[in-house]
Amino acid sequence: MEGPFIRTEGLSYLYEDESATPTLVLKDISLQIEKGEFVAILGHNGSGKSTLAKLLNMILVPTAGKIYVGGKDITADDIGDEDMLALRRSVGMVFQNPDNQLVATIVEDDVAFGPENLGIQSAEIRKRVDEVLSIVGMTDYAKHEPHRLSGGQKQRIAIAGVLAMLPECIIFDESTAMLDPLGRKDVMNAIEKLNREMGITVIMITHYMDEAARADRIIVLDDGRILFDGTPSYVFEQEETLKECGLAIPQCTELIHRMRDAGVVLDGECVTLEDCVSLILNSLEKQ
Amino acid sequence: MKSIAFGQYYPADSPLHRLDPRIKIILTILYIVCSFLCRNVLSYALLLTSALLLIVLGKIPLKIVLRGLRGVLFVLAFTALLNVFWTAGKDLIFEWGFIKIYAEGIYAAAFIMIRISALIIGTGMFMTYTTTPIALTNAIEDLLSPLKKLNVPVHSFAMMMTIALRFIPTLTEETDRIMTAQKARGADFSSGGLISRAKALIPVLIPLFVSAFNRAGDLATAMECRCYHGGEGRTRMNVRRLRFVDVIPLFIIVLFGTGLVLLNIYGFGYTA
Repeated sequence: MEGPFIRTEGLSYLYEDESATPTLVLKDISLQIEKGEFVAILGHNGSGKSTLAKLLNMILVPTAGKIYVGGKDITADDIGDEDMLALRRSVGMVFQNPDNQLVATIVEDDVAFGPENLGIQSAEIRKRVDEVLSIVGMTDYAKHEPHRLSGGQKQRIAIAGVLAMLPECIIFDESTAMLDPLGRKDVMNAIEKLNREMGITVIMITHYMDEAARADRIIVLDDGRILFDGTPSYVFEQEETLKECGLAIPQCTELIHRMRDAGVVLDGECVTLEDCVSLILNSLEKQ
Repeated sequence: MKSIAFGQYYPADSPLHRLDPRIKIILTILYIVCSFLCRNVLSYALLLTSALLLIVLGKIPLKIVLRGLRGVLFVLAFTALLNVFWTAGKDLIFEWGFIKIYAEGIYAAAFIMIRISALIIGTGMFMTYTTTPIALTNAIEDLLSPLKKLNVPVHSFAMMMTIALRFIPTLTEETDRIMTAQKARGADFSSGGLISRAKALIPVLIPLFVSAFNRAGDLATAMECRCYHGGEGRTRMNVRRLRFVDVIPLFIIVLFGTGLVLLNIYGFGYTA
């Protein structure tokens, strides 16, 4: 099977609530995500980014449009429960609130929850649990109670729980939003490791620019439409448009932009803090 | 963080801790039955000895077991007094006005105290002190699994128990947070009568419930994402196989019960 891992065609979602007038949260979204890509989906609140994520593993059903995952049409009428379970195994999801996604009272039991649901043999579950706990660096906490862990640790347990199902793709729905800076760093490092070392496709929904900067590709959503779709350096060039829809580019990128505006010659692109430092150092050496 | 004394699991490495939880539940039931078999001084003495033996076997500090008994001290004292003053018999040992105390009353009071203490120590030693709540839940699911054939949703109940246990600390923490927030805005939880105190709790309970429902919604979505689809086709990481060592206590407790009955026959003194 070749072609993109995830492909959507003209995807729309109408949000209906008894209290509010129905609103079109997603409007005609067509995108492709390749296997092994690290994609960040950016957008401010209400841009439809979480809805998009929930459509991709069948928590929500689109109002119109098609979604293909691994070449299979998951919006087809004849999609059954078996197909749904297979999809959710291959496209895992980590949510925002670490407390609300841990099920068991012991860390390793929680990690085992997914594989247990899939009906995997005990010995194999044991093996997987030990493996994934070491991948997220939580082996020492296997017997701990989740409520005694920090937010970042809980979130890494949640990642381990998804990993134990051996997914091909993991969607992170603002998984760092409720964490302190240290926890955010740990979780971001774990996410990068999954993508770079294990080849897992990562879709990261966020509103932190510095996190999005670490992705291969950024998709910016605004008011249910795709505003930009490109590399971080391309997207951060669109400073004005981003600001109009309530998004700020990373501080280091903005610094370089302002220095250029002030007449300093800085060659190259700036996405991360390291880029910024090396650009300024290079320019100082030239002088 | 505040430690939550839920369940009273006391971590230790003892034969009782290692015993299969399913066997422990059965032992608890049998032990309760045994405690009702006692009829005279000898059998009650054996019951008391067995309770003390269990404490030693479970390696639980006596202090902790006594703390557990303190909760029922009032019940113990009350039933003992009732028995002392209200049991009529032949052997009058004290009389003052209308108060008559018979030897039978003293015996009955001692017996009931031993029985209640043994019941509490027994269930504590077999279950709460030596078994984690989650192991107990799994064991109950296993023991009740034959009921699945009668369409009793055993798995769902066990899942509900597990989730409840998982969220008790989370919700306790949340309650603390809400109460602190309300206090910061001038709420008073510690003065006034019973009714005004209860009323003061309403602004705590409403946000707590709202948040609990939100959490439940989130958790349900997260569980679906992790392929949860009920108990069917589900496996377990930790499968306990019954070892021969686990069955031995069953023989012992049957012997114990037989011993109690035999002692009832050869007993002396007061017989209840």
